[in-house]
Amino acid sequence: MKSTRATQEPAWVRYTLLTVGLGFLFFFLGLPLIAVFVEALAQGVPIYLEALKEPETASAIWLTVGIALAVLPFNIVFGVAAAWAIAKFDFKGKSLLITLIDLPFAVSPVVAGLIFILLFGSQGTFGPWLSEHDIKIIFAVPGMILATMFITFPFIARELIPLMQAQGKEEEEAAVSLGASGFQMFWRVTLPNIKWGLLYGVILSNARAMGEFGAVSVVSGHIRGETNTLPLHVEILYNEYNAIGAFAAASILALLALVTLVAKTIVEWRMKKETDMLNTVLAPEKT
Amino acid sequence: MSGSPYFYGQPEFLAKKTETMAAKTHRVLPGFGLALGYTLVYLSLLILLPLGGMILKASELGFGQIMDIALGERSLAAFRVTFGASFLAAAVNAVFGLIVAWILVRYPFPGKRFVDALVDLPFALPTAVAGITLATLYAGNGWLGQYLEPLGIKVAYTPLGIVVALTFITLPFVVRTLQPVIEDIETEVEEAAASLGASRWQTFVKVIFPAIFPALLTGFALAFARAVGEYGSVIFIAGNLPLISEITPLLIISKLEQYDVLGATALAVVMLGLSFILLLSVNLLQWWAANRHRNSEPLEVAAAKASGVTA
Repeated sequence: MKSTRATQEPAWVRYTLLTVGLGFLFFFLGLPLIAVFVEALAQGVPIYLEALKEPETASAIWLTVGIALAVLPFNIVFGVAAAWAIAKFDFKGKSLLITLIDLPFAVSPVVAGLIFILLFGSQGTFGPWLSEHDIKIIFAVPGMILATMFITFPFIARELIPLMQAQGKEEEEAAVSLGASGFQMFWRVTLPNIKWGLLYGVILSNARAMGEFGAVSVVSGHIRGETNTLPLHVEILYNEYNAIGAFAAASILALLALVTLVAKTIVEWRMKKETDMLNTVLAPEKT
Repeated sequence: MSGSPYFYGQPEFLAKKTETMAAKTHRVLPGFGLALGYTLVYLSLLILLPLGGMILKASELGFGQIMDIALGERSLAAFRVTFGASFLAAAVNAVFGLIVAWILVRYPFPGKRFVDALVDLPFALPTAVAGITLATLYAGNGWLGQYLEPLGIKVAYTPLGIVVALTFITLPFVVRTLQPVIEDIETEVEEAAASLGASRWQTFVKVIFPAIFPALLTGFALAFARAVGEYGSVIFIAGNLPLISEITPLLIISKLEQYDVLGATALAVVMLGLSFILLLSVNLLQWWAANRHRNSEPLEVAAAKASGVTA
């Protein structure tokens, strides 16, 4: 057909673009990803496993998981609450609120760590009071949780706001007018509607929480076996010229990244399927 | 596919319009006060209080002194390296991101879904991992470094290394902002242009490029904003020589480590100010892009697509 050919580039242009685009992705994404695992396994599987069994690496893994788990409920509650208010109601200053939620995106992770040092550090605003009561926040786990919360709180909200806006509020209004309580409405109508979006946000915020480096680095104090998350542990090992150890630890994080990508793709696929289904059902009346 | 949360897209502008159109009635739904109250308290405690504290701390110095610190030789060089490398990385991604987005939307090739998913790798891979891997790849004896160094191209431990790391970190932004927009271009328009005698190149320059330019600019700005604050991936490959390859976030940390809290705060406040300007311009760009987009499509369709629900 002539019309399709008229809207296509000549073959040589297509092949050039494909080569350039895929070549760029290979050198900037594919090669680094392969390199992580090759470097980790450079001296064979037994040495790789040995490096992973090192107690400091193990404790770094647990701390990383622990911080991510501690942050998650905060992010979920905030995400759902903010999205509920923003997507379902009209009020003044809404765009300002949305900009505020975007803020961590514009703040360097290093600055995100610094602000908590200024508040809770030994010379900080609450520093003297905290040391009087023997509470440690900076160079301890609570500070790392705070910094991670700062970095990751927008992810779920950012995912839910457009989703809930697009869904409108008719279904919830119907539930309420039929006598459902607020809790019933949320549990039976809202949550089933947003579950994939929520899961999507959880996956993303979790990946960021486990991988965060800059903000956590500033407040952690790098105490081995105590305040060392896996990304920080990678840095320490690398700076000690322990390449195998560093890349072994890094390979776990890379695996985590791959799991994240797979999970994300599956959820995207589910979300698309559900909206497609909804669209075909509602198509005639939606216009 | 376009449901990336990193694409801080048009929904709020468009959705606001749809909401006002959908009959402003009295509030039937419960939980507004609770949800908004919780949101505001949470944001105040986690965001406003700490940021306010920092600005208060910086005000101990006064404007003149902050400027003295920010314009000192070492800080100025760090700002130059940070913003210069970020700009270059964003520019590289604007060019290659456009090509990648184009082939992902328009051309069939084996393994496309895999490649499409892989584009998000920099968002999922911890920055420290990216840093040590890129440093190893581009070091003199690395897979890539061993071929580049004989050509006189030193990447690792030079400012060029910073550009490479930032290119990796910000790679998804341009691709993910462009993809839904390219998907939205109606082929009828291209067919019309072709049937009116336009060459494929003319169609691209006159029809396609103007339609995707706002999104390209938004992707560029997002990448730039992200790159400016980046720390983890850069420090491993940069070499971190003061005046040459030291980025501002690293300078903040080294001031902090020398117990120069005020100096670190001053630099952080200047960075925060610059980031704000960037965020503001990104929002303006998106507003502009949304307005352009709105003319061509029914509002609800655009809103749904922008939010990644149907696209």
